[in-house]
Amino acid sequence: MDTKNIMIVGVGGQGTLLTSRILGGIAREAGYDVKLSEVHGMAQRGGSVVTFVRYGNSVAEPIVEEGCADVLIAFERLEALRYAHFLKKDGVLIANDQRIDPMPVVIGAAEYPDNILENLEKKYKVLKIDAMSEAKKLGNARAFNTIVLGMAAKHMDFPKEQWITVIEKTVPPKTIELNTKAFLVGYEM
Amino acid sequence: MAEKKIMLGNEAIARGAWEAGVTVSAAYPGTPSTEISESIVKYEEVYAEWSPNEKVAMEVAIGASMAGARALASMKHVGVNVASDPLYTVSYIGVNGGLVLVAADDPGLYSSQNEQDSRAVARAAKIPVLEPSDSNEAKEFIKFAYDLSEKYDTPVMLRTTTRLSHSQGLVNLEDRIALEPKPYEKNFRKNVMMPGNAKFRHLHVEAREKQMAEDGCAFPINRVEMRDTKVGVITSGIPYQYVREAMPDASVLKLGLVNPLPKQLILDFAKKVDTLYIVEELDPIIEEQVKSWGVACKGKELLTVQGEYSANMLREKLLGQTLDLESPAAAPQRPPILCPGCPHRSTFYAIQRLGLHAAGDIGCYTLGAVAPLSVVDTTVCMGSSISTLHGMEKARGKEYVKNWVATIGDSTFMHTGVNSLMNMVYNQATGTVLILDNSTTGMTGHQDHAGTGKTLKGDIVNAIDVTKLCEGMGVPNVRTVSAFDVKALMAAIKEEVTKDELSVIIVKAPCALLNKAKITMQYKVNPDACRACGSCMKPGCPAMTKGADGKVVINDTMCNGCGLCAQLCPFGAIEKVEV
Repeated sequence: MDTKNIMIVGVGGQGTLLTSRILGGIAREAGYDVKLSEVHGMAQRGGSVVTFVRYGNSVAEPIVEEGCADVLIAFERLEALRYAHFLKKDGVLIANDQRIDPMPVVIGAAEYPDNILENLEKKYKVLKIDAMSEAKKLGNARAFNTIVLGMAAKHMDFPKEQWITVIEKTVPPKTIELNTKAFLVGYEM
Repeated sequence: MAEKKIMLGNEAIARGAWEAGVTVSAAYPGTPSTEISESIVKYEEVYAEWSPNEKVAMEVAIGASMAGARALASMKHVGVNVASDPLYTVSYIGVNGGLVLVAADDPGLYSSQNEQDSRAVARAAKIPVLEPSDSNEAKEFIKFAYDLSEKYDTPVMLRTTTRLSHSQGLVNLEDRIALEPKPYEKNFRKNVMMPGNAKFRHLHVEAREKQMAEDGCAFPINRVEMRDTKVGVITSGIPYQYVREAMPDASVLKLGLVNPLPKQLILDFAKKVDTLYIVEELDPIIEEQVKSWGVACKGKELLTVQGEYSANMLREKLLGQTLDLESPAAAPQRPPILCPGCPHRSTFYAIQRLGLHAAGDIGCYTLGAVAPLSVVDTTVCMGSSISTLHGMEKARGKEYVKNWVATIGDSTFMHTGVNSLMNMVYNQATGTVLILDNSTTGMTGHQDHAGTGKTLKGDIVNAIDVTKLCEGMGVPNVRTVSAFDVKALMAAIKEEVTKDELSVIIVKAPCALLNKAKITMQYKVNPDACRACGSCMKPGCPAMTKGADGKVVINDTMCNGCGLCAQLCPFGAIEKVEV
């Protein structure tokens, strides 16, 4: 098969690393060659972060090139906008409908764009989700990223049970139940 | 079938060192090298430590090698500068047990103060450099590095980059080679680098370089992949992967040994192809040497010396393709920021209110340089805040530095700040040094250090007492203030900067991310009491936003409960809530 290109973008601290590791784990579980590329260090402190996951028969580079992403998972609206041009023409954007103001907006040096997702819908297939509200219903706002992953999982070729197995293996033991529930909320939406 | 595991480049490096029989590892944390130590410490056969700085780490590894063990030192590129003094000389001494230095470069400057190329350091120090292209090679190459180190009596550099260190790929796991330490033999000519002996050992270094350049032509880590001979590419490391994606039909000479270069192998390959490109990130280290041999090739005429490469870049610059790509949307930047509840925010707010400048240092608190705090005026390298403040005082006098403070983290103070403070004492400087003690090495992801009372192995030990250390050196004024008591902190700074003496203020409060699970209180705005004055917003806490009515809202998923905003509200509108 052709190499699949997945990107996870968000704000440092939103849990992009855990999500990419679940994705890497499932590709591996399915027997594919897989490469992931992560951001550690300073950018993790509230900066814009991007993680790449590529899987297929044989993967060379660990990054996704512009115009090549099959699935773009965005944990925040502005980050969806920033990286949308990485999508293939028929790629899918899974967007968490959340706003986190970057410092230039907080201090009034820039404006947070209006109608980001509505505008992106004109160009790309966009699936929106208010994962933060859904996560709060589960009693823990921090599980929002696994809800988003659940929604994205429907657009990938792995069975539900396999996802659950990999989540159980990947997330911290104390959070298995929460993350599994969160995944199913997104998956069944 | 051998077991395969998905691993970060850095985890694979640690795995390879373990498989190679390494028993001693020393390092100072630095992105992108940190996870090497965090991974190798999990192997119980390996003694692994956080040293206070890279020079010490290098010397610990040298000592272990002299005693007959296989030893590892790992550090980021700028750490290699700190370690360069022992490095240049251990090149002459060579090894007993194998000795490998992992140098982690940062093309693209994800988390560094410069974009230097460690291969240039290795060339100057005349030590061999191996450069892997993925996680599995990282593991294989470091094992080979130990064999080379012992065979050629040389320290070996394994060069990685951020993209390799922080990418994951499949790794074939193998067993550890169990090694007894080599016997120690006293060897005055080899191990004591005084002029007469060094002159003698320099002969060894030059002969070794020549021999390795010849033998390297047959090393399995250098690989010729002949395909279409119209285009040939010489490359190494991560750029090899971009070449494979962009130019799948091109012939490739993939170098695993990038110093000394396997000259004959390169000359032979160059003859077989019509057009030759050299693809290497950062400096033209390979290219300049190949051109100096009279070989026609192209490299930096087409490709940049800055940042990371990509397959698309090669398609455009080497193949002349026009790619049909969407342009990136105009979106406000999202630079890194201090976290909600970060004690540094409160400290910089106090400095800002007092109208002082800060000579800065390396750590999360470098972010005190950006809006809205904007009080850090200078940042050079680890430990430089204290010594640059000292230089300013010597240039402009005691009154001048009353408008300044130096700000340095606890881990950075232990790294090289101590020497600088010693210098201020010795040379009778006036000035106020703020040691921002958050009880951890924050930016690299919370590593312990000599002041935290815990080792990399997790042993509880005596923490070095910073107050006593400063007093012991003879600093006349040493005091401790809580980072979150803004009034007390402002009063303390105001008092110390006016003195004609050296002062140290230890500004104490743990990193907000250290005990995140233990947050017991948060703050919320009572909208009836909020007058939308914006006082609480001034320090730039990312958990706070203004609603449509101008009143402030605190995001309960982000608030870490530091209470700085509540201290700044003139109307008592910000209330504590238990969580």
